[in-house]
Amino acid sequence: MEHAEQEPPIIRVENLQHRYGDFRAVDGISFTVKKGEIFSFLGPNGAGKSTAINVLITLLSLQEGTATVAGYDVSNDPQNVRESIGIVFQDITLDRDMTVFEILEFHGRLYNMPEKERRARIDELLQLVQLDTKRDERTKSLSGGMKRRLEIARGLMTRPKVLFLDEPTIGLDPQTRMRMWEYIRGVNSEGTTIFLTTHYMDEADHLSDRISIIDHGKIVVTGTSWELKNTLGQDIIYLETNNNETAILLLKSLPSIRDIKVKTRGFVLMVSEDGTRVLPAIIDSLRNAGIEISTINLKKPSMDDVFVFYTGREIRDEARAGGR
Amino acid sequence: MKRGREGGNMTYGFMTIFWRDMIRFVRFKTLLVSSLLQPALWLAFFGIAMSSNFDTLTAGLPAPAGSHVVGYLTFMGCGIIAMTTLFTSLFGGIVILFDKNWGLMREILASPMNRNHIIFGIGLSGVTKSFIQAVIIMAFGILIGTSFFAGFTPLQAAIGVAGILAFVAMFALGFLFLSAAIAISMESPEGLQGVITLLTMPIFFASNALYPIDTFPEILKIISVYNPMTLLITGIRYFAIGPDFISLGKHYVYTPMDIAWAFGGLVVFSAIMFAFAYWRFRKAVVT
Repeated sequence: MEHAEQEPPIIRVENLQHRYGDFRAVDGISFTVKKGEIFSFLGPNGAGKSTAINVLITLLSLQEGTATVAGYDVSNDPQNVRESIGIVFQDITLDRDMTVFEILEFHGRLYNMPEKERRARIDELLQLVQLDTKRDERTKSLSGGMKRRLEIARGLMTRPKVLFLDEPTIGLDPQTRMRMWEYIRGVNSEGTTIFLTTHYMDEADHLSDRISIIDHGKIVVTGTSWELKNTLGQDIIYLETNNNETAILLLKSLPSIRDIKVKTRGFVLMVSEDGTRVLPAIIDSLRNAGIEISTINLKKPSMDDVFVFYTGREIRDEARAGGR
Repeated sequence: MKRGREGGNMTYGFMTIFWRDMIRFVRFKTLLVSSLLQPALWLAFFGIAMSSNFDTLTAGLPAPAGSHVVGYLTFMGCGIIAMTTLFTSLFGGIVILFDKNWGLMREILASPMNRNHIIFGIGLSGVTKSFIQAVIIMAFGILIGTSFFAGFTPLQAAIGVAGILAFVAMFALGFLFLSAAIAISMESPEGLQGVITLLTMPIFFASNALYPIDTFPEILKIISVYNPMTLLITGIRYFAIGPDFISLGKHYVYTPMDIAWAFGGLVVFSAIMFAFAYWRFRKAVVT
């Protein structure tokens, strides 16, 4: 998938590992993020996304492997990494009793921005995230979406080369999420590279240029949304029969069937041609063998299917079990 | 993009932490008022109640020539300045814990700012709060009849105030550093509360804040003599009352050397606490 690009990648990670005691939270991941793209880590809670991001933003020390961000090594040159990036953390990290202006002012001071530049940037960003009317309100009076927007503005204060977003739309209602995506795209179109983690399929699907699916601390697959879906075939057919084993043996020989996955009560066929044309042949061959079909379902592969295909489980169950 | 002039030196980073902590200090009006009122109330109620008793008890004791007798209210008023400084300083680091759990600590730690500036910033804002409180207690004390700076020339009084503030600052820094170090290492406010309560008891009562320590049992006396609280109060009494006075029937004589030693002791104490905080902050991981 590596295209020969002129510019070196803005994030390069090789064999990154991170353990908490015996638990390998990140288990040897390698990837690159190109300058100017929106890159997503898609995975369930506990997959290692936040640990990986925390190493990249220098909040966790690098244990094994190498990682460079904006050309600087995270373990040898954390200071320069810090000055090159913006961060929006997973949980809201705003002082409830500071005003919108003070939050940004504090951040600008923290990064030693000269006062004039700081003030001008605050005005500019408050307009961008449409919070200019809330300037002197304390953050506790803001809605969830406004808080997130303020955090994005804060992440952009220092004009970072890379903006890290850890689960940027967690806990927001669908409409607010859509608007958040628009903001993120807008920021990206002005040249900021975006690295985001998410456990929302649609977020990864609609927002990212490229996606890495991460599970149990490992990257399972990387590609564009289209590439990932395409590996599953053009269509997906789900079948339940009275004799699944024989049916699978039988269908394996059909040329248009790329792969078969066994499920608890039925099985899934990934077909490399238009499913509506393949289906009659499938039905015929099963009937001829005396196998009765009880359920048929035909659909285009979604990001959920991609996820299930590569990790063997549904992310929704995980998300629920994982709490947050 | 490189930030800052001259190679991105973050020389004034602590001012950012200070600025933000002072915003919080003046914003919580109830907390602000209570923190200013509380020491005055101690002085008014505990001070007046105790002094009306002690002064009758010690009234008949003879005073040696050349030294003046000061009432209990003045004696313990100096202790109240110290006590207020102790409490304010020990709780001064709590903002770090709040920031760590649901606030800005991640933002701060992920920024290019040197972590020492967090410690310095908290130190500076804590000292500022203690200064305000100390001045209020002195003013209120004089109002309700303590003989702070009695018989001093204006210059002597000014030196007295400056001396007290210097002692307060050095003592406050030590406990602010300690508080910051505990806060960055702790997970819950309840834990911090527990540790602070555990610390205040011996520090406050094994000192000369409310009574002389000479009659203590030997071990308690040794603890009390080296207690930073005692060092602070010695300094405050020297600058607020004078080098030679009698209170509670005991004759106190401080030489400038005693005072220099007391101050030196506080400097050493603060330096050790800074080293402790430095170490804890270096190790702190907040994700």
